[in-house]
Amino acid sequence: MTEYALILISTIWVNNFVLVKFLGLCPFMGVSRKLETAIGMALATTFVLTLSSVLSYLVNEYILNPLDIMYLRTIMFILVIAVVVQFTEMVVHKTSPLLYNVLGIFLPLITTNCAVLGVALLNIQEDHGFLQSFFYGFGAAMGFAMVLILFSGIRERIAVADIPEAFQGTAIAMITAGIMSLAFMGFIGLVN
Amino acid sequence: MSILIAVITLAAISILFGILLGYSSIKFHVEGDPVVDKIDAILPQTQCGQCTYPGCRPYAEAIISGEANINQCPPGGEVTMLALSDLLGVEPMALDEEHASEPEKTVVYIDEQTCIGCTLCIQACPVDAILGAAKQMHTIIESECTGCDLCIPPCPVDCIYIRSVKVEPDTWRWSLPEATQTAPKA
Repeated sequence: MTEYALILISTIWVNNFVLVKFLGLCPFMGVSRKLETAIGMALATTFVLTLSSVLSYLVNEYILNPLDIMYLRTIMFILVIAVVVQFTEMVVHKTSPLLYNVLGIFLPLITTNCAVLGVALLNIQEDHGFLQSFFYGFGAAMGFAMVLILFSGIRERIAVADIPEAFQGTAIAMITAGIMSLAFMGFIGLVN
Repeated sequence: MSILIAVITLAAISILFGILLGYSSIKFHVEGDPVVDKIDAILPQTQCGQCTYPGCRPYAEAIISGEANINQCPPGGEVTMLALSDLLGVEPMALDEEHASEPEKTVVYIDEQTCIGCTLCIQACPVDAILGAAKQMHTIIESECTGCDLCIPPCPVDCIYIRSVKVEPDTWRWSLPEATQTAPKA
């Protein structure tokens, strides 16, 4: 049990995917302008990352390894993740309009994100088992969700602040992200 | 031999997924708003989020619901805006740089030279933001004023004016949650 807790702490705080590993920066910058959309994106990411982490483990373990075609990992993971997420989106669209409104529109956007593939590949690289993969993906998603929501909260406030002209807009967002990243570097050494 | 296995595996899985997606797109087909589809077709599909919506389709839906203007798409530029105005029959408008679609926040202030101390505006104010007494000069507590402008019509000497306030970090507030769409209409 401690092992899983440590994976969670590690992925959320210490090796945060956005601020320390610099993966998934596109939605981090793109949909952090409003808190509401950030929360939607965070929920969708949590879903996709957890799912893709587990799926890619299964694909690697039961298809790629027995056939000895590990070099097809990247393309296979992309294929499987994209298809399953697309399929889930269709099912959700049909069965639950409420859930679709909350996260449906974000699902296709997050599928092609590099954090998603990053989690899948890192799982293999670090020899994670099934449960470990699950917690690794879930923790990565939680970390992503947390910094995305924090960042959008900061950005909503910064939007009304008196910023020098040269720094307005995306420039100040980049600087903010950099400072957040510096802050998260402070966790290094807590857990590996 | 091993290359054959790789090709066959990848092809088999791709075909399987193709069939699955093709079947489910028929099985789970949902009738959408055709106008949203038309708007979505005009938008550049960069999914950049610069319109403050998470992607092109959400923006198209926001245009339909009246939430967004047609001028919030920087990648599409003027061409997209003109195409949208053509499709929707809306007046073309200049491209909006900051997408500041929210109405400007205003407060009122009382010209204290002209005020006769009639207290009519005090009675009209819903948030008790006006200070004063009969035959005494009135004044507005700016931090309390919501900018509802209800005090303007009752004033007999027209001494209340609207003034815009710039939102600064000190005066900034989280916006109130919007009313849910499921609320019954009166």
